[in-house]
Parts: sequence; C-alpha cells; structure tokens
Amino acid sequence: MSTVAANAPGVAGSGLADVAASEASLRRFLHGLPGVDQVGLEARAATLGTRSIKTAAKAYAIDLAISMIDLTTLEGADTVGKVRALCTKGRTPDPTDPTTPRVAAICVYPDMVATAKAALRGTDIQVASVATAFPAGRAALPVKLADTADAVAAGADEIDMVIDRGAFLSGRYLDVFNEIVAVKEACKRPDGSYAHLKVIFETGELQTYDNVRRVSWLAMLAGADFIKTSTGKVAVNATPPVTLLMLEAVRDFRAQTGVQVGVKPAGGIKTTKDAMKYLVMVNETLGDDWLTPHWFRFGASSLLNDLLMQRQKLTTGRYSGPDYVTVD
Amino acid sequence: MAKKKNIEEPVKASGLFTYAPAPESPAAAGDIATSYGHFIGGEFVDSSGSEALKTVNPATEQVLAEFAQGTDEDVDRAVAAARKAFADWSALPGSERAKYLFRIARIVQERSRELAVLESIDNGKPIRETRDVDLPLVAAHFFYYAGWADKLDYAGFGPSPKPLGVAGQVIPWNFPLLMLAWKIAPALATGNTVVLKPAETTPLTALRFAEICRQAGLPKGVVNIVTGDGRTGAALTAHPDVNKVAFTGSTPVGRAIAKQLAGTRKKLSLELGGKAANIVFDDAPIDQAVEGIVNGIFFNQGHVCCAGSRLLVQESVQDELLDALKRRMATLRVGDPLDKNTDIGAINSAEQLARITALTDAGEAEGAERWSPTCELPGTGFWFRPTLFTGVSQAHRIAQEEIFGPVLSVLTFRTPAEAVEKANNTPYGLSAGIWTEKGSRILWMANRLKAGVVWANTFNKFDPTSPFGGYKESGYGREGGRHGLEAYLDV
Repeated sequence: MSTVAANAPGVAGSGLADVAASEASLRRFLHGLPGVDQVGLEARAATLGTRSIKTAAKAYAIDLAISMIDLTTLEGADTVGKVRALCTKGRTPDPTDPTTPRVAAICVYPDMVATAKAALRGTDIQVASVATAFPAGRAALPVKLADTADAVAAGADEIDMVIDRGAFLSGRYLDVFNEIVAVKEACKRPDGSYAHLKVIFETGELQTYDNVRRVSWLAMLAGADFIKTSTGKVAVNATPPVTLLMLEAVRDFRAQTGVQVGVKPAGGIKTTKDAMKYLVMVNETLGDDWLTPHWFRFGASSLLNDLLMQRQKLTTGRYSGPDYVTVD
Repeated sequence: MAKKKNIEEPVKASGLFTYAPAPESPAAAGDIATSYGHFIGGEFVDSSGSEALKTVNPATEQVLAEFAQGTDEDVDRAVAAARKAFADWSALPGSERAKYLFRIARIVQERSRELAVLESIDNGKPIRETRDVDLPLVAAHFFYYAGWADKLDYAGFGPSPKPLGVAGQVIPWNFPLLMLAWKIAPALATGNTVVLKPAETTPLTALRFAEICRQAGLPKGVVNIVTGDGRTGAALTAHPDVNKVAFTGSTPVGRAIAKQLAGTRKKLSLELGGKAANIVFDDAPIDQAVEGIVNGIFFNQGHVCCAGSRLLVQESVQDELLDALKRRMATLRVGDPLDKNTDIGAINSAEQLARITALTDAGEAEGAERWSPTCELPGTGFWFRPTLFTGVSQAHRIAQEEIFGPVLSVLTFRTPAEAVEKANNTPYGLSAGIWTEKGSRILWMANRLKAGVVWANTFNKFDPTSPFGGYKESGYGREGGRHGLEAYLDV
C-alpha cells in the first residue's frame, strides 16, 4: 500500500515539489492544466458506454467488479448488528456459490470501525471509514483530525475524507491542500505505517469539469492514495464523464510523477450494466495497471446484489429473482 | 500543464480484459437477392442490357449479389418515369409531400437495424457507426426536409419558388444511405423527382430504400434507382431531360461532369474531395482534442471527404499530443464490421486499399515517419491499420493528395497566422477543425480558413440543419439546412 513516504519522493523528483509553496503558485499550476471540453468529454464517456460486454468478458468483468466493491453502509440508523451482517455479506457475497469473490472493503462510519474490524478478522477485506465530518465536512480542522485519528486507532485500513468544498469553490486551494496533508498525517499509525487515504471531492457540488480536473491534481499533489467522486449523499454523485476525467488525471499524474493513484466512483452505480461501463472506461483509459481492487473501487451498496444476480444468470442460464440473493 | 517529463511509456494494445466478440446477426439485414435490376416507375425491373456487376462484402470478399449495369436505355426509361411523375408530384401541396417524407423517415427508423446491418455488410463500415451515426442521420434528414416542404415560401427564395424538374443524382460509396438521404430528401421536399445512381461497390441499401418508397406509398416514378458504374452515371448526368445534377464523389469525376454540363441549362452541385486541417493549439483541451483527431480521421476508415487528414499541431505541444494520440490509437479495435465493439472496419474495395497503400508507400519514400499500432488484421478482406505520419511537410504527397483512408499526416506550426497559411495551402477547401480554449481565436481562425465547414473543439459532426459543402476543388453548392433547398429550386 503506498504511503506518503512512497508518494513524496516521486512528486519531489517531478519538478512539482514547489507547486504548493504559495497560494499563488498552486493557483497558477491548477489553472494551467489543460481545459476540459464538456461536449467532447461527455461524448467520449457515452461512446465508451456502448461497448458490448458478453459471455467470457462479462463473467470476468462481473467477478472483477465484485472484488472492487467498497460495500457501504453510511446511515444514521446503523447498528452493530447491521454492520456485522454487512461484513458477513462481504465475506460470502453469494452463500450458494463459494467461487464468488469477496468484496474489497467494508465502508462504515468511524464508530463502527472496531465492529467491522472484528467481524472481518481473518480475511483480507479492508475496513474503510469515512472521517473528517463526513459528508458535509463542515467542522473545524482539529475535529476532523480527531475524527480521522479515532478511526485509524480503531483499526481502519482506509480513510475516506471529504474536502472542504467551500474552500475550494472560493479559491482557497492552499487551505484544501494543507487540510489533505494534515489528514494524511493523522492517518499515521504508531508503527509508522499509514492508513490508505481516499479523498472525496463531491464532484456534484464542484459543478464544472475544469474544477474536477483541478481538484484531482490538488489532491494527488497533497498525497492522496485514491481520489473519489462523491459521498453518495447529494443529488448528483458519480457520473461516467466525471469518472473518465479523473481516470485521465491519474494517468497524467503517473506519467509526470511516477506515482500511481487509485480512483473510486461512488454513489448511484446500481446495476451490472453501469459497472461494466466504468470498467470499460478504466480498461480503455488506463489499462491493466488500474484494473485491480488495489487501484479501482466502486463505492456502492446496492450494486452487489445486481452483480450477483447477473452472475447467477451466467452460471445457471436463468434469471432468478431478488429473493435469490441476500438482502444484507 | 507544467513541462512534461519525457517518460518512455510503452504504447500497448488495450487492456487486460479482451472483449468477447459481440457480433450483430447478418440475418438482420433481411433477404439479399442473388441479382437485382433497377427501380423504375415504382417497379423493380430488369435491365435492358445483359451486363451485371457484383457487389462484395469487403470484410470477407464474398459476393453478396449481382446487380445490373445500367444502360443508356435504362437511364432513358428512368428519366422518362421521373418526368412523367414530376407533373403530379410538383403539383401536390407541400403539406402532402411532407406526409410522404415523414412516412419514409419513420419507416427508416422502424427498419433501422435491418438497414444498418445491410449497410455494414455492403460497405465494410462498423455496425457501431451505421447504427449510431448513419441511420439516425438518414432519418433526421428526411424529418428535417419534410418540415420544409410546406414552408418553401418562407425559406428566403422569394414567394412560391418552383422545383427544377428531374434531378439526376450520383452518390459515392462511403456513406451510401446517408448520401442518398442528403440528395433525395431535399429534392422531394421541393417537388422534384429523382433518378439516383448509387456507387458500384455499395448499391444494396439504395435498392432496399426503393422498397421503403413502395412501403410508404410514394407515387410511382418520384424516386427511381438505376445501378451501374461510371458509365451509367455519365449517361445520367448527360441525359438531356435531366434538369439538375447533384454529384458527390471524387474531384476528377466532378471536373468531368462540370465540363460535360458546361453550356447546358442544367443546374449543378458538386461535393468533392478534401484534405482538411485539424488545427490544435497549445491551450487546447488535450484529451478531447485527441478524441476529435481520432474521430476526424479514423471515423468510417477515413473514407470521409471532410476527414481531418492533416493534423496541424502547435510545436510546443507536439510531443505531448502525439504521445496521447498514439496511446489512444493503440486502443482502436480493427476487425469484423458486424462486431459491436469494432471501431475500424474494412476498406471498401481492393482498389481503394491499393490506392491507400500506394500513397502511404509514397509517404515513406519521401521521408515521412510512419507509425501504426500493432493490431491483428483478419486474414481475408480489405484492411488497413490506422496510420500516423510524422515529420510531414507541405511538399509531401501525403500532405497534398486525398488518401481517403485511415492515414493521418502530422504537420506543425508556431503561430496562428502560420496555421491559417498551411491549412489553406491545398487545392481543397471542404472542412477544418480548430482546437483551443480561446473563443476569440476560434472566431479569428474561422474567418480566415477557406473551408465550407469549420468545426470548433469537435470534428465530423453532421446535422441536417447545417449546410455542408466546399470551396475550390472541393466543389460548389451546399447540402443540408435551408441552403440545401436552393440547389433544388429555380431561384
């Protein structure tokens, strides 16, 4: 798992080390990135969505998608029982078919980390936790850092932080940058290792594609291990064009710095067909290097059951109903 | 972007997961007869001659059908049928003509899968394009001109403009059904009757369209289809009872037709070759520009008269752009046109393949550097890898001549003025593309480019409402939009 220690020298060696030296230099850099043409980006995403994934390719893609899921419950009504049930589902998504792969991670609020960690003992399923005053991110920095440290102390393997969209939209890029750096530091464990940091942009609130490209670079420069579209709590969450743009950003970032960053679209991806479209985007934009759960994730809760139903259809030749997969 | 580190990234073919074949069923094309005659006076009739031509599937080289080589007598019969139908058809109220056009448009939509598959089989272009581009545009053209049929008085050509009479139309093989729609829809909307000759390598969809005319109950003789090669076309354009000639095809043939018609009272519109410049400035949206370049030259195997076959890139972003372009080209899927995942299909004919091969060989011989992604090509059929030439100068043949294949020549420039100068430095003037984030530069450039169509931050976008046509050796007259009506009205 990459850490700041692994990340920093790459950035330093790429001539980008001084980018965040001042508000002005950071702004100059972000505004100097190539623009995004809305029509062209959306057309490209739509074209990739027309790829026809059948038979062997579909079977492969379904298993890959299952293994990339961050199975998520982020509700005020979450209970210990609910989280344990979700963890069980993550370990054995389809009890009728032991060949079904496990999900990548279970994503919960910080107070549920210990429960999830205990329930997942003995597996390689990660526990991800949304910290930093998720989903609004409207709290003082010390509170966000405490939130993060608490989740890490409880055993979280991955931290999904939200950025301060207000700061970004008002042009205080350096504040956003510094906050990400600080949260990353709060991900540090006593043994010196770091929890994996995923930075959530809430792209639906950032509105423009130019903003999405800028915030992607901003987060990567600040040391994000993953960039993630959204919280799943607003009207517009992950969309294919936004995800495609972020895939292009991580591709360009690696070409320039040598540092690889993961991507996680989240929210609103509910069907196998949707998931296939995202995998095709990864396949044709980044290729093999990102087509693993280590570098690409789906933030989803209801997607898994649709994937399981499609999987059953491929193995049995028949469509079953929603009662042939478990509700949690 | 900050200066890019020169990372030698291996350009590799697309990804870990190979898409399983997703073939469209050839049976969806419907029954293809073993031999076809002409469509004259609302009936399928035999040719008066005995000569027959063959149309092959360019992806398999299998013969699909035989069709008639139209004789002078066939052309005569077809023109006579069109003349006979003209009186009643032109006398119909525009709103009545519109009903037929709307009906044709709807039938095209209903039968679009059949037509898309048939077009793909006959032409070699991928089903993805016939399904998503050609057929929707064909229907859109009929819908659009149906809308004009009862509003001609308000089209800006004076009160009650009159049709010309019989239109003789000759269309190419690159967009068989779309070019048919571009020609037939405005002709019928304005009250003309037509005799159309499809290209000799792609007659099948035009003949299927004849069935649609019958299904729509179109009065007999309003649309006539005569098949054959250039001889039939020459007989049609020369016919004394044809009032209007519309031709889309190569510049040499267009020039011959212009000579043939000089001194007659026939009205002529020509849509000929092109060598479009696709101009990329250093502030362009790079990822979208790459898509536009790919779409500009590899769409329809580059068999597009307005293809962006010359990439003019600002020197400062040359390396970055070419790296991105090569990376993108490596993901293009070449192969079976009926596979829904195919991006680049077959070259239309052995003859065209030979021409592309000869011109690219000339490019290498003249010192340009050639690059293609490594992709497997099928064993049979006519195929050509997407190809990029760098180090091209204006003096190279590949920068001057229309290749009409998936071959892109890359040139560079330093200033906007130089870009304009190089873009215009060709005998053609059909289309151009500009890629920049600066709106004022787009307008500045568009005013100076000698091209009938200038796309900004996009390429190869077509719409029935937008006029299309060329400057210089790219022809004259416009198709599409309100301007497209003028070619078929006595104004």
